Amino acid sequence: MNEQKRTVAIHVPVLTRVEGEGALDLRIEDGQIKELRLRIFEPPRYFEKFLEGRSYTEIPDMVARICGICPVAYQVTAAQALERLFGVELDPWARDMRRAFYCGEWIQSHSLHIHLLAAPDFFGCDSVIELARIAPEEVRRGLRIQALGNELMDLFGARSVHPVGIRVGGFHGSPSLSRINEIREKLRAVLPEAEALIRWAASIAVPQDDQAFVSVAMQHPSNYAIERGLIGVSDGLRIEAEAFDAHFAEHHEPSSTALFSSYHGQPYLVGPLARLNLNHARLPEWVKTLLAENGLALPSRNLFHSLVARTVEILLALHEALRLLDDYRVPDSPWVPVTPRAGVATGCTEAPRGLLWHRYEMDGEGRVVNARIVPPTSQNQGRIEEDLRLSLLNFGLDHPDDALRLHCEKVIRNYDPCISCATHFLRMNVERT
Amino acid sequence: MNAPVKNPVRLRVAVHKFSSCDGCQLALLNLGEDLLTLAGRIDLVHFAEAGPLDPDTDVDVAFVEGSVSTPEDLERIQHIRQHSRLLIAIGACATAGGIQALRNGAKGAEWVAQIYSHPEAIASLERSTPISSHVKVDFELWGCPVSGPQMLAVVNSLLLGVAPRDNADKVCTECKRQGYSCVMVTRGVPCMGPVTRASCGALCPSLGRDCYGCYGPAENANTDALAAQFASQGLTPQAIVRRFQSINSQAPVFLAAADKTRMSGHE
Repeated sequence: MNEQKRTVAIHVPVLTRVEGEGALDLRIEDGQIKELRLRIFEPPRYFEKFLEGRSYTEIPDMVARICGICPVAYQVTAAQALERLFGVELDPWARDMRRAFYCGEWIQSHSLHIHLLAAPDFFGCDSVIELARIAPEEVRRGLRIQALGNELMDLFGARSVHPVGIRVGGFHGSPSLSRINEIREKLRAVLPEAEALIRWAASIAVPQDDQAFVSVAMQHPSNYAIERGLIGVSDGLRIEAEAFDAHFAEHHEPSSTALFSSYHGQPYLVGPLARLNLNHARLPEWVKTLLAENGLALPSRNLFHSLVARTVEILLALHEALRLLDDYRVPDSPWVPVTPRAGVATGCTEAPRGLLWHRYEMDGEGRVVNARIVPPTSQNQGRIEEDLRLSLLNFGLDHPDDALRLHCEKVIRNYDPCISCATHFLRMNVERT
Repeated sequence: MNAPVKNPVRLRVAVHKFSSCDGCQLALLNLGEDLLTLAGRIDLVHFAEAGPLDPDTDVDVAFVEGSVSTPEDLERIQHIRQHSRLLIAIGACATAGGIQALRNGAKGAEWVAQIYSHPEAIASLERSTPISSHVKVDFELWGCPVSGPQMLAVVNSLLLGVAPRDNADKVCTECKRQGYSCVMVTRGVPCMGPVTRASCGALCPSLGRDCYGCYGPAENANTDALAAQFASQGLTPQAIVRRFQSINSQAPVFLAAADKTRMSGHE
């Protein structure tokens, strides 16, 4: 292992515990990384194309199918973009409940990622089932929190995967007061567990991996941005969703069925850590104290803090849902009427994995002329490759192949890549000569 | 309910993914603490999203999510069939080609060129097809997505050594059982419930909205009558075609209904 001339070729044909299909090729020659490529080969599904000709009324149900894990993000983003174009003013009830619904998805998706996909890496386990033998209480707690996220989604969408509750103009239906009271009790009861989850995640030893990168996340003047706000960048830029194309570009590389995004020509980070990096000043004081107690200083330049970042967002989402469901009233109508008009509908929200941007050109009948969707994982793709390169050098290329491979997988899972969204799963090929 | 199954048979189970949104795998991953109970009763030999990776070992049951849509998929599904005693297709993608089958009949190559600047690097078949188009499928579980209770019912049947049961009846029957008032009759919305397969629990009508057919066609679906009903409610032929051409566009009954509407010369 000590000879300088070692050539390493690692092939991870199937990276597990990510959502979708992808692979990694790593080639090390003479102690240097010669090739490092994240390959995404999830079959393309052409959503942008078959949305053409569809009525605005069909879009929320169709775009949900892009991703089973974050359908609400797709539905809310699309509905809000169209509402903005059509000049629809939502009832304040619908605005609040959209945000509560979205909180459910953050809780579900983050908890699934932490316990089922990411944490097993740090305990030498292959799966949550193995992890449950070592840390049964922690895993059960995680599964309960995940289930509560799903329940919150069920409340507004009747089911948590491809929920059926959202329509352009609001919601199709509204939950009864008794169901709201029931879930409020459960949300309140789980708060101490969510705080314990933060402490647990913060106690997991992670590599010190300091890197410089650009963070991109939505920002809102009065709350932690989820479904509303401007697009913010760590260099100070603040723009409306409409200006996205002026600063961000997508390009295709042959190795991937997902498009790569760049900000002024460079890779950037979206997702929980980017959000905390940009919005930590807006966190409630008690959350700041909790983070300080647990050693998380923000902004953070270590992507391995993504795990703790997700736990923080779970707690924030639980509190936010409780706040929004306070003084709940059943509305006279859960939706307002909509009159379509021609033009371009643009919008973005913070999906669990980061910024999600939609653009629809609509005709006068309310049908899609063309559509463009930029999901979080394709935005992170360039950053993942850059991170892998830096992180491997920091880790040391002399480690045995298995250790290199595991390190790469950990780095990739920090991003919770959703390759189904980006078009999902990793094959890693490492070559050393 | 934690009593061990008498004379337990530990099923060796694989979960495979093809072209999909991963939503049907969530029927297992979203089970909450029941996931651990389930894991105590079956051996999850292969389930890449959950961690276990072993696509080559023989299993008792392979659950397959997703549609066949790339040249590689064509080989992989044969390999899975050879190594599985039972193969169960789960979800609209695996049973009908999924929403991505809306590309079937479109100019796929042109679409690729419009989205990707290196179209030559994209391996994608012209058509997205269900698993049964390629190999023998022992059981199909319809739905977009399939639910946790549906999946558990199948696993329980297999653990008991009996054939899984299927509900091919219509969503209307579930509405009646739940006591929901008919949205088509009372609100005049063009509901797909009369031709759509049950098992979701009539979720859409529970919110006062129309079923949009995500569970695929029911048995003995009278699509002619429903298309006529839609027309009488003022839907254009194009809108009627879109009703049948959505999540389960390639399910033969929905495909035929759309074709018939088109052929009627109005589109």
